[in-house]
Amino acid sequence: MRTRLPLSLLGVAVAILWLIPLAWAIDTSIKPEGETTRVPVTWIPDVFTLDAYRDVFTASDVPLWLLNSLVVATGVTVLTLAAASLAAYGFSRLDFPGKNWLFALILAGIMVPPQALIVPLFHQMQSLGLIDTYWGIILPQLAAPVIVFILKKFFDGLPREYEQAAALDGASRLRMFWSVVLPMSRPVLAAVGVFTFVGAWNNFLWPFIVISDPDLMTVPVGLGTVQSSYGLRYAEVMASAVIGGLPLVVVYAFLQRHVIRGVGDAGLKG
Amino acid sequence: MAVETVDTPVRDTVPTPARGERSLTGLWFALPFLVIYAVFMIWPILAGLWSSLFNTSLAGGDVEFLGLSNYAELARDGAVWDSLWNTIYFTLLSTPPLVLVGLVMALLAHRARRTGWLLRFSFFMPFLLPVTVVALIWLWIYQADFGLLNAAVQWFGGGRVAWINDERTAMWAVVICTLWWTVGFNFLLYLAALQGIPRELHESAAVDGASPRQRLWRITLPLLRRTTGLILVLQLIASLKIFDQVYLLNEGAAAPITRPLIQYVYEQGFTSYRIGYASAISYLLFLIIMLVAFAQFKIFPAGRDD
Repeated sequence: MRTRLPLSLLGVAVAILWLIPLAWAIDTSIKPEGETTRVPVTWIPDVFTLDAYRDVFTASDVPLWLLNSLVVATGVTVLTLAAASLAAYGFSRLDFPGKNWLFALILAGIMVPPQALIVPLFHQMQSLGLIDTYWGIILPQLAAPVIVFILKKFFDGLPREYEQAAALDGASRLRMFWSVVLPMSRPVLAAVGVFTFVGAWNNFLWPFIVISDPDLMTVPVGLGTVQSSYGLRYAEVMASAVIGGLPLVVVYAFLQRHVIRGVGDAGLKG
Repeated sequence: MAVETVDTPVRDTVPTPARGERSLTGLWFALPFLVIYAVFMIWPILAGLWSSLFNTSLAGGDVEFLGLSNYAELARDGAVWDSLWNTIYFTLLSTPPLVLVGLVMALLAHRARRTGWLLRFSFFMPFLLPVTVVALIWLWIYQADFGLLNAAVQWFGGGRVAWINDERTAMWAVVICTLWWTVGFNFLLYLAALQGIPRELHESAAVDGASPRQRLWRITLPLLRRTTGLILVLQLIASLKIFDQVYLLNEGAAAPITRPLIQYVYEQGFTSYRIGYASAISYLLFLIIMLVAFAQFKIFPAGRDD
């Protein structure tokens, strides 16, 4: 056990190295604009000020973009879990014509890079009239075959006896799914849900393409398109980056144990 | 035992796939997803393939059948091969550190007791930041005049470097930013795998006199092989799809010297309005990713449960 101390020192050193970029952003955001470009750089500002944050909250669209991100990510997560878990249950427990063929089609989709579909998808959104709408951002992200795959694998491993008992009580298939299988699947649904939410919240390319109205932009798109309009106001840029980045980080700080355990439950460990 | 006695009569009332009873119920369950999947995945794939054979423009106008000439043009277009090389170069540079650093982080965090919370938080936290936030932070760190990195370099006696604009450092700047941002995901997969290794294995090996180093090489790493295979393939595919952070870092550069293939697709489709040509380039990337995926099945045959 003599190796314990140097190893934990190494761990803390890497952790601190990994925190520096974020710490530097926060540090810049609480400086007055004049001090952000000082050479040599300072870690402890001469003057602490929250002016940059005040300006971002009162005179920018960042709060609106946070709201848009929340709407989009919640919509994507709820609808993805609903559609994918229903499908996974059907493929796991029921037999129907074309089942194997359809499941193979879904498996093949796991390899499809959505980034390669942006051009035809945009064309399609134009004809559906969904450009510059929440639905235009949300709908394509629901076609997530990997979620169906993970949930089906998990359902396959659940014992069938509970459903059989429910059948004796005259429960329908939908009832078994809702009252028996879903409650048993909470950890895996939470894990898959967290990653879907993070992915949708932070997705850049697709919302960037389908949204041009600043009022409908999500955080990643909004911050990306207006960063130039800040000019040389680095404290304000960093303040908006901190505000745009902090919500999920704070939530994760409280939930990290569950997230890590959920990854194991979801069978993502390989 | 109790279960078995209940089991027998129930078999008659619950049709299971094992008994080969078919009905349309399952199809109703799958239908909402299948419709979304058909409209937003299958259809764009086919539509893209179709339009890659035409001279189609987002701006409208005449549509002209070209056959394979978009693909012939692609073969002659130096910008396609430059951006493809950028993508492959990025993948080759980024994959080894993303896998190795993720593994080292997981080993460190798994052993840590009192500092565990700090380690798990700092290693995974960047993965939760939107890419634009990541790009803004790193553009600021890489800033030539008053950026943190040059301050550090000068403190060690080096000279100023224009990290994003210098051909020699631009791709490394992207790789370091990507490593910082995304290694947390690989860290998490490794950590979950480490937590799945039974403690008794280590304890009995320790009783037999195996040193920590021997246990790492003889027990832990071999048991992580399947996870490593999975992470490697996921990482290769993710790196080949690179766009976001390069595009955003490029905005701070004088010329897009690190432009990846997806950015060229974006420029052809949405700046030059050449849908057909952009689709053809998309299919080149598609093909490469499929090849990597199939290679995975060859290298890790039945990799699910070995």
